[in-house]
Amino acid sequence: MTNPSTTDLVARAQELYEDLQFTAARDWKKADPSRKVVGYLPVYIPRELIHAAGMLPLGIMGGGDNLEVIHGDAYYQSYICRIPRSTIELGVSGRLDFVDGMLFPSICDVIRNLSGMWKMLFPEVFTKYFDVPQTYEDEIGGTFYIGEMRDLLDDLEKIAGRKITDDQINESIKVYNENRALVNELYELRSVVPWQAPASEAYLIIRAGLVLPVEEHSVMLRQYIDAAKAEKRPIKDNSKVVVTGMFCEQPPLNLIKSLELSGCYVVDDDFMLVSRWLIGDVPTTGDPVYNLSQAFLHQSMSTAAKYEPDLAEKGQFLVRSVKSSGAEGVIFASTSFCDPALLDRPMLQNVLKDANIPFIAFKYAENSGQMQPIREQAGTFVDSIKLWSAA
Amino acid sequence: MRPSIAKAQVQDVDKDASMIKQKQMMADHFDRLTSAKENGEKVASTFVPGNLNELLMCFDLVNNLPEVNAIQSGLRKQSGAYIMEAERAGHSEDVCTYVKSDIGMMMKGNIGPNGKKLPDPDVLLLSYTGCFTFLKWFELLREQYKCPTIFLQTPYMADGKVTPNMIQYMVKQLKETVIPTLEQVSGIKFDIDRLREYLKKSAQAEDDLVYILQSGKNVRSPIDAYFGGIYYIGPIFGAFRGTDDAIDFYRFLREEVDDRLLKGLGPVTPDGPMGEEKFRLVVEGPPNYTSFRQFWKMFYDEGATVVASSYTKVGGTYDYGFRHDPDRPLESLAEYCLGVYTNRSLPMRIDMLSDYINEYQADGLLINSIKSCNSFSAGQLLIMREVEKRTGKPAAFIETDLVDPRYFSAANVKNRLESYFQMVEQKRSGRGAAA
Ligand code: SF4
Ligand code: SF4
Repeated sequence: MTNPSTTDLVARAQELYEDLQFTAARDWKKADPSRKVVGYLPVYIPRELIHAAGMLPLGIMGGGDNLEVIHGDAYYQSYICRIPRSTIELGVSGRLDFVDGMLFPSICDVIRNLSGMWKMLFPEVFTKYFDVPQTYEDEIGGTFYIGEMRDLLDDLEKIAGRKITDDQINESIKVYNENRALVNELYELRSVVPWQAPASEAYLIIRAGLVLPVEEHSVMLRQYIDAAKAEKRPIKDNSKVVVTGMFCEQPPLNLIKSLELSGCYVVDDDFMLVSRWLIGDVPTTGDPVYNLSQAFLHQSMSTAAKYEPDLAEKGQFLVRSVKSSGAEGVIFASTSFCDPALLDRPMLQNVLKDANIPFIAFKYAENSGQMQPIREQAGTFVDSIKLWSAA
Repeated sequence: MRPSIAKAQVQDVDKDASMIKQKQMMADHFDRLTSAKENGEKVASTFVPGNLNELLMCFDLVNNLPEVNAIQSGLRKQSGAYIMEAERAGHSEDVCTYVKSDIGMMMKGNIGPNGKKLPDPDVLLLSYTGCFTFLKWFELLREQYKCPTIFLQTPYMADGKVTPNMIQYMVKQLKETVIPTLEQVSGIKFDIDRLREYLKKSAQAEDDLVYILQSGKNVRSPIDAYFGGIYYIGPIFGAFRGTDDAIDFYRFLREEVDDRLLKGLGPVTPDGPMGEEKFRLVVEGPPNYTSFRQFWKMFYDEGATVVASSYTKVGGTYDYGFRHDPDRPLESLAEYCLGVYTNRSLPMRIDMLSDYINEYQADGLLINSIKSCNSFSAGQLLIMREVEKRTGKPAAFIETDLVDPRYFSAANVKNRLESYFQMVEQKRSGRGAAA
């Protein structure tokens, strides 16, 4: 069988991205009456546990710029970001009526409060706020996190109507290890030959993993990486940048495309961090819950939603990302009214100043329409980077 | 049970004597803070919800609360300039204005309300309870002060209950990181009996506080549980919980309240005793501090008394039964943090506000939504509709900010309130359906 082309793969991924009825997940569920779907919001959920329960973890990243928000605005004041209102819209408009459970991870007070709203609005749906530790000692944060994961497993067992064994979780860890390795391979490819795998395409391909069964998504990733490597694509005179601040409410696809059009190769980002939150493989033998907690505590990504216990480490993940991806600058793109991203930003900017890394900043919303100002700002930034490096 | 002691004394004093006493206590505390360094005292900065004053006292640390400093800046009309200063330095216009007021104040020399410089903290006790912003706020301060920073995570009470896993997590943090670091910073060894002693005192003052706040159940409430309530909670939510001063203050206040009850008097406002009680309200959300008196006046001019509020529970939900317990010192500190209002799930908040409306015989709910506070504000529109549905009492929504004067539009707020009061009246006289 011949490998599909990037065009075909991206077209399929875009179709999934635009489908706000989540048809792929509905079809998966329909195929077997015992199947269940559990939705989750940004930023991180141990999807392995849901998978081990035989369920489909479904990533909900808001409604994007295609969703007309009719009811959602009645739930939120104008000074609150968009993702909760569009998520409510997805819920009250019946687009999530096939979802058996919803998980709201600890990321900020908006998502936290949304978990309570969901309980009020959809009492028949299993709804859980999933707390994670912000302290990273094994005995303290680790023990707490193991307890929280065990609670989640208990709940999932109730929904599934069966026990979830350690072997099943280890099997799921293996499947997700493979998936993460592929996602990382795609990031690696982007940083080395960004013209072969543009950010806007990679975004769609990775995003497909939020709605597809992981096994299917891994196939898609493999096919895309192979196709992207094989195709001859023109090299542009773009500058490599890292984009940060987009870990929750997602940017419209057009925003990513606009950055590319204005001369940026986006070589690293914090979109959909769930896909690569854990760094490296999680062991597939022994106590899987313990192994997942160890990975969370000691081998996970950094983001504004996390407390950094060490002042010297603050912002260093971003510096490392710039260095390892070969980027020449950083774009802070934060959602309007996003406290985590916007409160973190000045500290990260200070770290970048010390490291002599240029940056710019702007805000967006998932339904931002006007890209001209962003394009101009990014274009000017790229020009200045070029001047800077020529000097 | 009503206290029999010292009634005559209280009857003799001015009606707002407790307020004067409260102001004196706060002023003394600021003096202690600003002279801490010359007196060889060390300072710990921490937050109001989940503040561990009794524990800090075990290490002779002086408690500095950046939120209270921001409130003071708001009341003194300085916060606007501080916020602008922070925004000029790159802080976003979208984020919590407490943080920006604090940072702007720091940039302008950290001058406290007594005109003297507030000391740099020796330690930041980041008690992460019920508000994500706390976490970033102290990361920002740590960047500046480069002092030891202790992190204490309070898990969120999402399912309306405290689980053993939550308590164990908090107690472990207290034992293994919080207390050892406080020992290191202060050079004082932890003495659990000292903590027990303070907790016993806390519980005593807490009993009186609950009595005072629940006096709002009387029809003709002797207190205003929002505007007046802010004076009442000041000492116990801040640096006085666990002290004899707090015990004395709340005893004094209780007697004052009793005295007003006996005489059938209402609350005392900045313009003197309040006239007829025409409306009884429950208020959700923090107040506005930059136009605090003007805001309050809009209520008492219309004869509206706030009989219960959620804001007076951010530093503890004592009216729901919690007391600091000397027999379970660390567990009790954990339970305290877990139970504060901002750490309660949305359904719990709805239950609480609905209960208040019923138990305090209120005419309705008013939500003051704070533009820059996600912890309180996200979800308030649903809270409003739910409480309305459950109690059958009308609710209204206004939008202001805590300390950013740009977001207090007096005319808008006044209009909203006036139409709300009309609505309450119509509803009362049975004309609601036709309106
Ligand atoms: S965009 Fe920011 S503020 Fe909004 S829900 Fe996400 S993390 Fe919270
Ligand atoms: S509770 Fe609200 S006002 Fe207080 S620090 Fe948090 S965000 Fe700011």
